Amino acid sequence: MAHSINSGYSAWLKRDLLLAYRRRGEAASSLIFFVMVSTLIPLGLTPESAQLAEIAAGMIWVMALLATLLSVDGLFASDYQDGSLEQLLITPQLLPMPVLGKITAHWLTTGLPLTLASPLLGLMLSLPTAGYLPMLCSLALGTACLSLTGAVGAALTVSLRKGGLLLSLLVIPLYMPVIIFGTATVTYAIDGRLTGCHRWPYSGRYLPPL
Amino acid sequence: MSQSPLLKVDNLAFERDDSCLLEKVNLSLNSGEILQIEGANGSGKTTLLRLLTTALQPSAGSILYSGVGVSKCRYQYLSDMLYIGHQPAVKLTLSAEENLRWMINSAVKTNQLTIAEALDGVGLSGYTDIPCYALSAGQHRRVALARLLISEATLWYLDEPFTAIDKQGVSFLEQRLQEHLNRGGAVVLTSHQDLSLNNLRKYSLSSELGQVA
Repeated sequence: MAHSINSGYSAWLKRDLLLAYRRRGEAASSLIFFVMVSTLIPLGLTPESAQLAEIAAGMIWVMALLATLLSVDGLFASDYQDGSLEQLLITPQLLPMPVLGKITAHWLTTGLPLTLASPLLGLMLSLPTAGYLPMLCSLALGTACLSLTGAVGAALTVSLRKGGLLLSLLVIPLYMPVIIFGTATVTYAIDGRLTGCHRWPYSGRYLPPL
Repeated sequence: MSQSPLLKVDNLAFERDDSCLLEKVNLSLNSGEILQIEGANGSGKTTLLRLLTTALQPSAGSILYSGVGVSKCRYQYLSDMLYIGHQPAVKLTLSAEENLRWMINSAVKTNQLTIAEALDGVGLSGYTDIPCYALSAGQHRRVALARLLISEATLWYLDEPFTAIDKQGVSFLEQRLQEHLNRGGAVVLTSHQDLSLNNLRKYSLSSELGQVA
């Protein structure tokens, strides 16, 4: 049975990655949203790098959160419509494994690209140098957390015709701790208050929502 | 009774939003038998099949697989079962071959037939590499039905398997069902078609249930 547990995870992971690859445009939309909206911030607020530096961490985190929220809506939707979700329910496997496979695929196609693009946005928003590494680490962990929490919301609203708004209402309160700790990690690092081992307790705080 | 039947359903009921969709469903099925569920549109045929597959939980009653409740032997039951639902679970951006490979991935009991042979068997030999959005509804159904060629599961649940299938496909499917029954398999299907199969039994769902008196 151990074999089938593993195969359930990897089969759904591979399948969702392949599906995302076939619909590259759709998969890239949240990344494009993330970059496009972040370029508007210096235009709309101020091009002063000193002022931008203060809000950079928070802005990047808010954009990442919104970009994830945009994509998490479709996590189960197409599977629900074409009957694949029904087949998932009745596979002789532990149900969490295929679902975790899907969530991993979602993170690899949205959270990870967002994380990798964040230094570029850091540059645009004049993020201080000390903030880059904590930014990458906290976004990598944080977006995984957003995918996991978002999946709960997506699963609850999958059968609703227009579940998007309800999904946001359900999930945004749960995202709050993630964004608080995420931005705190980055701003503390910039202020020089976060060094070495202090980083880990902060990453540990992402775990409760899991 | 010397031996418990392969599948036995006792007093099954299903309610949704305080209205009773199914009530007092009793049926039993032995290996080698095929049960055709009949009923008007909206009488609960698909709901009954989904209850049997455990995709839905009944509000009352029990489903016994070889005399054991399905919740107690979930793994054995699900690995011995194949369900093709109303929607064929075909991903439009994947090719027929990729779809079938994924569909049979979770199946435990399969034979040696390769994916290409199975697709050939359902008449899709020239279409294996084409994304499914370029195929017709009937061809989508054929991709799903190709699972029947590979599966070695005993219990087949088929929801309207003849939808969008041409005449030739219907007779092929009937032949495949007969083979399955001859090997000791059992089938529960919903269909409005008249089938010419041995050991065919019918179960009618009354359409009065769920209606306001």
